[in-house]
Amino acid sequence: MDRDTAFDKFKTCAVEVLQVQPDQVTLEAKFGDDLDADSLDLVELVMALEESFDITVDESELEGVQTVSQAFDLVLSKVA
Amino acid sequence: MSPEVREGAGRVVLVTGGSRGIGAACVERFVALGDRVVYTSRSGGDEGAGAGPPAEGPWHIACDQSRPEAVTAALDRIEKEWGPVEVLVANAGLTRDGLLMRMSEEAWSEVIDTNLTGVYRLVKRVVGPMMRARRGRVILVSSVSGLAGQAGQANYAAAKAGLVGFARSLARELSSRSILVNVVAPGTVDTDMLGALNQAQMGELVARVPLGRVARPEEIAGVVTFLASEDASYITGAVLPVDGGLAMGH
Repeated sequence: MDRDTAFDKFKTCAVEVLQVQPDQVTLEAKFGDDLDADSLDLVELVMALEESFDITVDESELEGVQTVSQAFDLVLSKVA
Repeated sequence: MSPEVREGAGRVVLVTGGSRGIGAACVERFVALGDRVVYTSRSGGDEGAGAGPPAEGPWHIACDQSRPEAVTAALDRIEKEWGPVEVLVANAGLTRDGLLMRMSEEAWSEVIDTNLTGVYRLVKRVVGPMMRARRGRVILVSSVSGLAGQAGQANYAAAKAGLVGFARSLARELSSRSILVNVVAPGTVDTDMLGALNQAQMGELVARVPLGRVARPEEIAGVVTFLASEDASYITGAVLPVDGGLAMGH
């Protein structure tokens, strides 16, 4: 899967789960500050991403993930 | 009526341990309210791919909540046929009574596995869709033993008390999604679980109850359906004793 396609897929999940506009989901966006996501939102987002990309994300891997870019890189690393 | 609960509008209600006692009384009540009710028990019902829900009346699925794969399989089937569970009544439980000094590892872990860990498994599987729907009711059936203690039930009481801490933590975690998590703590109820006691033990038990009798299962079920109702929309993290006054003050 190429990077752009993957990011579109990522964006779709984020828009649906976080109930934000697509153009808000930029690589620099911070989940808490910019996208108004609380911890439950993030849990939901991870679940949606796991389903969408058919991957599994361990709790420990989410530590320190605060921006869209970090989350996206994590997802990319799991999609062969 | 808030969008949060649609009482009697065919809500999907799951009652574990629903073939007897308190569970069966709950099933009956929810069916009478017009909800779509599915209940589990360790035996009876149909496990695995089996048939779908019946055309009428409650659906009975076999599920041993001490086995993770059984819980997943049961929920997958329910969601496939009816969609996500909107009201969960975690009622299934068992006892392995005995004084602590004689309580085997097995007697301890069996009770904890089914009554506490099994509930963790069940609730975890059910709340994901509730979170997405931004509404849900989770009602855990604890026991007066868990609050006041009961000689011969260290394992059971530990598990039942555990449900209180569990429920309250969850109530805090999920409140932002309008998922209400509450606990019902029945006293002595006229079910098979009481069948193990002899006349003398029964007499002694009843003598301690201010109301002077054991509860009928419907008297517990009524409180459960209340907690699932619109009238209980501001109640979360609560422990409601339904015990004829037995454990007053706990």
